[in-house]
Amino acid sequence: MGTPENPVREWQRFTLTEKLGRFTVYFAIVAAVAWAAHSVEIIEEFIWDAPAQVADMGKRMWPIAWDYFKPGILNPLLETLNIAAVSTLLGILMAVPVGFLAARNATPNKFINMVARLILVATRSVNTLLWALFFVAVFGPGALAGTLAIAFHSIGFIGKLFSEAVEDAQKGSLEALSAAGASPLQLIQYGYWPQVKPTFWAIALFRWDINVRESAVLGLVGAGGLGMALDTAINLFQWDRVALVLVTIFAVVIVAEVIVTQIRKKLI
Amino acid sequence: MSSPAPSFTPVPAHVPAHVRPFQSSWLARAGWLLLFIYLVYAMASLDFSWTRFVAGLEHGAKFISRMFPPDFTRWDLLVKGMAESLQMAVLASFIGVIISLPLGLLAARNLMPGFITWPVRVIIIACRSYNPVIVAIVAVKAVGFGALAGIIALTVASVGFVAKLFAEAIEEISMKQIEAVRATGASFGGVVIFGVLPQVMFRFIGFAAYETDANLRNSTLVGIVGAGGIGGTLFAAFQRFDYDFVFAIVLTIIALIMLGELLQIGVKKVFRQ
Repeated sequence: MGTPENPVREWQRFTLTEKLGRFTVYFAIVAAVAWAAHSVEIIEEFIWDAPAQVADMGKRMWPIAWDYFKPGILNPLLETLNIAAVSTLLGILMAVPVGFLAARNATPNKFINMVARLILVATRSVNTLLWALFFVAVFGPGALAGTLAIAFHSIGFIGKLFSEAVEDAQKGSLEALSAAGASPLQLIQYGYWPQVKPTFWAIALFRWDINVRESAVLGLVGAGGLGMALDTAINLFQWDRVALVLVTIFAVVIVAEVIVTQIRKKLI
Repeated sequence: MSSPAPSFTPVPAHVPAHVRPFQSSWLARAGWLLLFIYLVYAMASLDFSWTRFVAGLEHGAKFISRMFPPDFTRWDLLVKGMAESLQMAVLASFIGVIISLPLGLLAARNLMPGFITWPVRVIIIACRSYNPVIVAIVAVKAVGFGALAGIIALTVASVGFVAKLFAEAIEEISMKQIEAVRATGASFGGVVIFGVLPQVMFRFIGFAAYETDANLRNSTLVGIVGAGGIGGTLFAAFQRFDYDFVFAIVLTIIALIMLGELLQIGVKKVFRQ
């Protein structure tokens, strides 16, 4: 029992500021959901019509046009895989230097760090599809536009993770190397590289996996690959071919994920 | 008095002379070679050519000069599209998280038997393997043009992501607390509420914040295939070659995305992650 002079201090899990912060977040969530649900424009007839439409779509998709795979899907599929591989390579080539420039320990210059970080954020904020629209306007429709689109979008992702890995590098071997008179290039080759190598491969594999998924979409804006086949099939209402493309994308994504998991187990 | 000259060996004595720390193995070299050959083949198949590149640079310069200055005069269209994107992102995240809670629980292999986790896992993988834009195409066919299709597409993407991470988080929890709660005779619901949720709730809030951020990004895109939001406005402006309006839209999208990233960091800070 507490007395006025010596009150029992009640245990509280969170401080007042913490409670206020949490309450603000909860309140903001409720307010946002309420606002969105209240003001979003949804045409009700479309909801009631949906089951019939889905059933109709299912009927048109079946049977899947398997025999269309060889004449119509195989080449776009290969193109999608090639886009994914080349764009990952290009993305790495562009991102690694920027990543080194963004890392505070490798580049001890605040201004360069900031510029490099800005590049990383800006490339990441513009979605692949927007990059694809841009490059289609510049280079014309085709796989080149798609490859550059994914490569540019990858810069931000790869560069950010890579610069974090570089910043986590242990100082010991770096100082030893510079004490021995290593040039900046030798410092990177023998000091940073062995330390960031596992992370580097993990990032590259992860990004390749993402890029396989992304390259399947790009065709919708004319940037080559499976998306182009999907777009054509949808525009011609050939739903059995749409189903084939969807199954192909699913299979490719699963295979890519399995490959990545297997290589990661071996490498890291 | 002089001390004897310090004697030291540059390489520790126990390292045999033939060990060279930076030499790569033959297997690795063969792997590199294969990768190199494949990349050369892939590049050749993509029809890269110098003339095309140079011609492209010219187009690019023209394109960029037409983007400036960004044209904000049709701001009413811009605001309307952005508001719809925002609404779609908020609703899809909310619904997606609500669906992900039970799905994640059902997919956790340490709490559920195999005949339940497998089908649930297949559903989650299927949700995750399609880009929201592709799901949006199918949704547009099912429920017509507009925000509803976008909400469905983003919800599917959210389930694929949040439910997977949630299941993984549950699989990493400590079973001691679960056993303690079970030992008191708690029902399965009691075990979940008092044994599982307290261990994963903080991580779960992090996942939800991340997914909201991702939905915000994707909600600006699904409009390209007619599923509502600013994407439709953007694509229309693009096809009419209104590049200055396109630039205004892209700038607004980037601002929104950065705002979303800041919010995500703020929420994580509030919940001490």
